[in-house]
Amino acid sequence: MTTNPAPAPAATAAPEMKTDQMFINMGPQHPSTHGVLRMGLTVEGEKIVRAEPDVGYLHRGSEKLSEVRGYHHCVVLTDRWDYISSMMNNLVFCMAAERLMKIEVPERADDLRTVMCEFNRIASHLLFFGTYGIDIGAFTPFLYAFREREMVLDLFEMVCGARMTFNYIRLGGVMKDLPDPWCGKAKEFLEHFKPRLKEYDDLLSFNPIFLDRTQTVGKVPKDQAVNWGLSGPNLRASGVGYDVRKFAPYASYRKADFEVVVGKDGSCWDRYYCRVREMAQSVRIIEQILDQLKPGPVQGRGVAKVPKPPPGEAYAHIESSRGDLGIYLVSDGGFSPYRMHVRAPSFINLALLQESLVGLKVADVIAVLGSIDIVLGEVDR
Amino acid sequence: MSETNRENVKNSGEDSQGSAQAPVPGVAKPSIPAAAHAKPAAAAARPAAKPAAPAEVLPEPRLNNGRGRLLGSARLWPTEVWPNPWARPSFVRGAYWLAGIVAGVLLLGWSVGEISVWANLAYDWAMNLLRLRQVPELWAQGAWSAVKVVVVFHLVALAPLFLVWWERKISAHMQSRLGPMYVGGFHGWAQTIADGIKLMLKEDVSPRAADAWIHLLAPIVAAAPAVLAFAPVYFGSGLTAADIDIGVLYIFAVSGMTVIGIVMAGWGSGNKFSLLGGLRAGAQLVSYELPRTFSVIPVILLVGSLNLTAINDFQSGYWLGFIPRWFIFYPVMGQIAFVIFLIASVAETNRIPFDIPEAESELVAGFHTEYSGMKFSLFFFAEYAYVFLSSALVATFFLGGGNAPLPFLRIWPSWLWFFAKTGLIAFCFLWFRWTFPRFRVDRLMDFNWKFLLPWSFANIAFGAVYLFL
Repeated sequence: MTTNPAPAPAATAAPEMKTDQMFINMGPQHPSTHGVLRMGLTVEGEKIVRAEPDVGYLHRGSEKLSEVRGYHHCVVLTDRWDYISSMMNNLVFCMAAERLMKIEVPERADDLRTVMCEFNRIASHLLFFGTYGIDIGAFTPFLYAFREREMVLDLFEMVCGARMTFNYIRLGGVMKDLPDPWCGKAKEFLEHFKPRLKEYDDLLSFNPIFLDRTQTVGKVPKDQAVNWGLSGPNLRASGVGYDVRKFAPYASYRKADFEVVVGKDGSCWDRYYCRVREMAQSVRIIEQILDQLKPGPVQGRGVAKVPKPPPGEAYAHIESSRGDLGIYLVSDGGFSPYRMHVRAPSFINLALLQESLVGLKVADVIAVLGSIDIVLGEVDR
Repeated sequence: MSETNRENVKNSGEDSQGSAQAPVPGVAKPSIPAAAHAKPAAAAARPAAKPAAPAEVLPEPRLNNGRGRLLGSARLWPTEVWPNPWARPSFVRGAYWLAGIVAGVLLLGWSVGEISVWANLAYDWAMNLLRLRQVPELWAQGAWSAVKVVVVFHLVALAPLFLVWWERKISAHMQSRLGPMYVGGFHGWAQTIADGIKLMLKEDVSPRAADAWIHLLAPIVAAAPAVLAFAPVYFGSGLTAADIDIGVLYIFAVSGMTVIGIVMAGWGSGNKFSLLGGLRAGAQLVSYELPRTFSVIPVILLVGSLNLTAINDFQSGYWLGFIPRWFIFYPVMGQIAFVIFLIASVAETNRIPFDIPEAESELVAGFHTEYSGMKFSLFFFAEYAYVFLSSALVATFFLGGGNAPLPFLRIWPSWLWFFAKTGLIAFCFLWFRWTFPRFRVDRLMDFNWKFLLPWSFANIAFGAVYLFL
């Protein structure tokens, strides 16, 4: 992958300018690599000649760990991959395990799972919104985003006691039914949140400097996005309207009417704005599901304390906040999975960096890296 | 035997409680035989202990107080606060404090009057005293100069302290938080002082890869001009430490020296991020010097002097009796010059949106990545001193310096007006910082060379037109 153009023919006889290449280690400890990602950058002045993302600094072996733990305990492990949107990790594991065990999930539990996942998507995209602002140099949007994110986390705390690693979605349903005032509080939050989205647009999305930094940078054409296997907002920003919630609906997404947000040219700004607009869609979904929420059990029947599913395999995938998150589970009939594999969207999206960074400026590295919204916990697992 | 038995009973009691709260990971292990390592006696005691803590008796975990308020935290939601902020006593108290401070400052200014009057009294008294003591005239003048230096130095040293605190409070309120609230009692006013003491007490670290002398000298070279540049600054009628005729030129020349310190810091730190930051700073500061200086030239053309007192006096008086004759109110020329000077000043002080030399998200901390403790605080001091200086210059060049905006407001002295205007511009600096994202380095250069500089040239022509009116 040599990117340097061929040396100019000697006939020009221009004095050759001698430039020196410099190797910069960006990370694993760097303010804006969003975790412990290391980027080996070779630069000529401010221009990137070569970029090598290096992962593995947060590897905790949770796929292997799951092979010695019961299915209930694996749900706890899932919280730690993508710690920004733990609900979705819980959900995808539970879906795969339920398929293995052939458990039916009651309707209310499905509704609650959907609501929690969408709230978590809002929380996750808010975090992205805030940190992306910081990456580009605007500090204030971060605190605006966190103000609202705190409220979402408060809602989670009310329902399950945790603010980060929820472990709320369990095999066969959810941990607990909603406390009484929860629905009212959730609606209060949604009403508060809708005008805030407009505020975010005024503050950051259409800021000329922000547009200048992001709209021309890191464009990913449609075919390349598909070839690289991108998913989630990163893929949709390139104009491919693929969303698991629409194409293979799970939980209660069939009940909700929502749009798949699609961008135009896959620039950093499109990736950013897809997420901002997705938050509005999440609000729509939550409102619809909450309106038709019916009382009922929240735990399915037939979940053993020590589940030992029959030998077999199952795959489940959902639309997590980063993309198409899938779990492949193999059971040999024992109390723990024989093998669990995670299709981690962050890891696959990361592949974009190596080629698309070449030729950009040092400042653009951060713009591109921030816009693909990786969580290192999920990249390394 | 009975001893161990009792222990086992206790342990198994805990165990059964643990398994009642099944969600706690690591405590309940239904799949792994829990008693595998225990003695047979423990296994025997287990069934006897079970009834002691039946699972049904355990209370439900309570997560909220029944009205939706979390038990773990007393945090209020914005939806509870925003509809009626005046219902909160702290909000009302804050408003009273703010009104009191403003009233106090106005009262102080009104009662003190022009400081130069008092200073002249002190000068006459001191000179008479020294003359009676038969001190030579040269020494006496030298002593008076030393007093002026000490006063200005303290002003320059204290302004950053105040500005930092102010910035933290303003940014906090812009971001719906409180900022420092504890140190010193009143809204954390002593926070910067405490931070300064902390920085002074820190170990002086210099990296092994650094060029020791350059690393040491860089903060001094960067911070010293920040103090020196204040010599001809006009703080109010008669309040100028050195009333020299080339004041404007002197300020631009001296403050331009800071870039040397910054490049030295970038080069001498032995760090690639510092190097990039230092080189960026060199390019940026040298480029933005040009439109900054050129934007003032129309002002100097009209006044016909480089002396800041002359520039200030030129702007006294009113058109039609109520429009102040400030340069910002000169049609076309004044506004363009003001905007260019303000933008270029923000760039000169390395602040967002032009903070690419220390761009945190890209270059860690830019040229001062490898600095800590007192050396770092010198860079920090220089930055805020330049914010103060730039605000003071904007106030003097374009906002009429110490002239009151309306004739009847002249009951307040010139130094109060000067500091009010300086504070207003400094507020704009802080406001920009907490609103805008950061430019990219090449766009920053484009903006300077392709936009600001041509317009500042054009503006000289606009200013020249006024000479013929």
